[in-house]
Amino acid sequence: MRDQSPRPTRRGVLFGGAVVAAGSLAAACTSNSEKDDPSPAAQAGSLAGDNDKPGKQVTIGFSAPAADHGWIAAIAKNAEGQAKKYKDVTFKPVEPTNDINQQISAVESLIRAKVDVLVILPNDGEQLNQVARKAMDAGIPVVNLDRVFPDKLSYRTWVGGDNYGMGVSAGHYIGKKLKAKNASNPVILEIQGIATLPLTQDRSKGFADALKSYGFTVTAKQDAKFTVESGNQVASNLLQAHKKIDALWNHDDDQGVGVLAAIKQSGRKEFFMVGGAGSANAMREIKTGGGVLEATVTYPPTMAASAIKLGRLIAQGKGMADLVELQVPQSITLASETVSKDNVDTYMPLGFES
Amino acid sequence: MTGTFHSGGSAPRTEKNTGERGGALARPAGGSGKPRLPFGRGGAAGSREVHHLGLVAALVLLAVVGLVTEPGNFATSGNVVGILALAATIGVITVGQTFVIIGGGIDLSVGSVMALASVWATTVATQSYGPAVMALCAVLVGTGAGVLTGLLISYGRLVPFIATLAMLVAARGLAQRMSDRRTQLVRPENDAIEALSTTKVLGLPLVVYIFAAVAAAGWLVLNRTTFGRRTFAVGGNPEAARLAGIDVRRHTLTLYALSGFCCGVAALIIMARTTTGSSTHGDLYELDAIAAVIIGGTLLTGGRGTIAGSILGVLVFTLITNLFILNGLQTSDQLIAKGAIIVIAVLLQRRGLRSPT
Repeated sequence: MRDQSPRPTRRGVLFGGAVVAAGSLAAACTSNSEKDDPSPAAQAGSLAGDNDKPGKQVTIGFSAPAADHGWIAAIAKNAEGQAKKYKDVTFKPVEPTNDINQQISAVESLIRAKVDVLVILPNDGEQLNQVARKAMDAGIPVVNLDRVFPDKLSYRTWVGGDNYGMGVSAGHYIGKKLKAKNASNPVILEIQGIATLPLTQDRSKGFADALKSYGFTVTAKQDAKFTVESGNQVASNLLQAHKKIDALWNHDDDQGVGVLAAIKQSGRKEFFMVGGAGSANAMREIKTGGGVLEATVTYPPTMAASAIKLGRLIAQGKGMADLVELQVPQSITLASETVSKDNVDTYMPLGFES
Repeated sequence: MTGTFHSGGSAPRTEKNTGERGGALARPAGGSGKPRLPFGRGGAAGSREVHHLGLVAALVLLAVVGLVTEPGNFATSGNVVGILALAATIGVITVGQTFVIIGGGIDLSVGSVMALASVWATTVATQSYGPAVMALCAVLVGTGAGVLTGLLISYGRLVPFIATLAMLVAARGLAQRMSDRRTQLVRPENDAIEALSTTKVLGLPLVVYIFAAVAAAGWLVLNRTTFGRRTFAVGGNPEAARLAGIDVRRHTLTLYALSGFCCGVAALIIMARTTTGSSTHGDLYELDAIAAVIIGGTLLTGGRGTIAGSILGVLVFTLITNLFILNGLQTSDQLIAKGAIIVIAVLLQRRGLRSPT
């Protein structure tokens, strides 16, 4: 799986290094060079050397939950793949675990090993906050991936997805389509992930808010557990509960395999469905067409590759190419993009296997 | 072997009798004051029926709630089929669990073993042999895991709780290793597996018939065969059973193998329903199965119990899930309701004992 954005913005390369060299001219240069060189490709060429060139040797410690879910598996793969691309990076992953106690010990071992930077996707931000703080206090910058630490002193940079935005993207896709059909009081269903997670609540809120702008509301929502089996059970019951459905948003493509199996076995075709996260499986379904799944809204696991890049730059004291500042920003929220039949080929390389 | 095993007067009467007493209408069976083993046709069949009446009443009550709250959706054939298909996996597992618990043991590994069987049957290698081999593989893996825990318990002298706990952890781990924690899709050329869920005979999908067949076979074996009688004997008083010439160890081993076999069949059903094998299948099934067995009136201490009660227990729980989803309520409320039902069922069983009307 390629782990870089396929779009031409792949400068990936940070102007900051050049900026540091250029000293006080930096700011002027950046703003000008943007204007002077309209072609992104050419620009990437002109800048590519700087940040991706081998710099100071850095050791990046990496800790994430164990992968019992395609998305998490893709996180680990992306991180490792990105780290391997750099000669100046030593990648030190610790045994992934779903037990918060084990993750705490694992991160502590990385602190003792005095790595230059830590990339951490915690099982739970609150519960791992203390140990992340310990790392920062010991002078090891932490790149916090996705699940955020509550305490800003616990991380140097946060990079993650936009759960609320996922809901918004799904809501707009469904809202636009139903509006075009002049649907009145459409039956819109929602199959959530684990209902108790804040991320699930954010997704649902974004979905409801976006639908509201079209004058629609969610008819019923039901929570599953991010597993194929739970998606299957919830979907088969929901199909019984609603004789006519107009649209369905399923938060998670992994559990979506079970949802789609239930829909297929029920023989129902009167509605369309939007997925979530952007698994390769969902993208293949969208590409094939003919089924109910028409689109999925991304929550890209490539964020792990980006986090490794950012960690390396932080450790080398560099900034980001398209920003004027000399250092990496404090927080980066990735957009949730909508993948449908029109652009599925572009996104296919980014799809993760369930 | 027929025999007159008394389960020994050692245990307090209340405990020995809870198994088959239904609501407050139940009378002490037999009148001898001594608890009798529920052999085939005899035993405390009368009071057992009373107990089942209580469960049937609960089902009727839930059905009425369904009819009142969701008149347009609840009593449709589609919904009834949906409920039965949903109950099939846990139902099949519960049949095996009932045997193990009546035999004086407990099997905590059922969910994990089902997951392992589903993963093993959907690996690339297994799938290359086609659907028949996949089905066989699921059943064999389940049975094999059951034999292994059975060996640990009967010949390794491990406590069932410990041995099956070890299997719960290990089977889940092995399933994760085999699948690399990925969801394994059943490939299109093997869609005969999915056909078990899509093909309907007389309006019911094949998986429901599998469930019915396992339940019927379980009932027959328990109530009409020597093996069934020995199961009650072994669970009621293993020492007495041994003195009466039953090979308790071998019998115990067979019970766990049977439970494993049921997990293999359940794995096949979940593969048909979800078109996948996954190490996340069957999460917490052991608790659902044990809960269904308990509200079905089977004694956790062994020696007493019925298949029909367990099946009714499964249906009660499945019906609750269905009702909650039809009414758009969330999972948390379902869990509270299920917890309350377990407590109420056990309390009713007790009350029926203390105050025979």
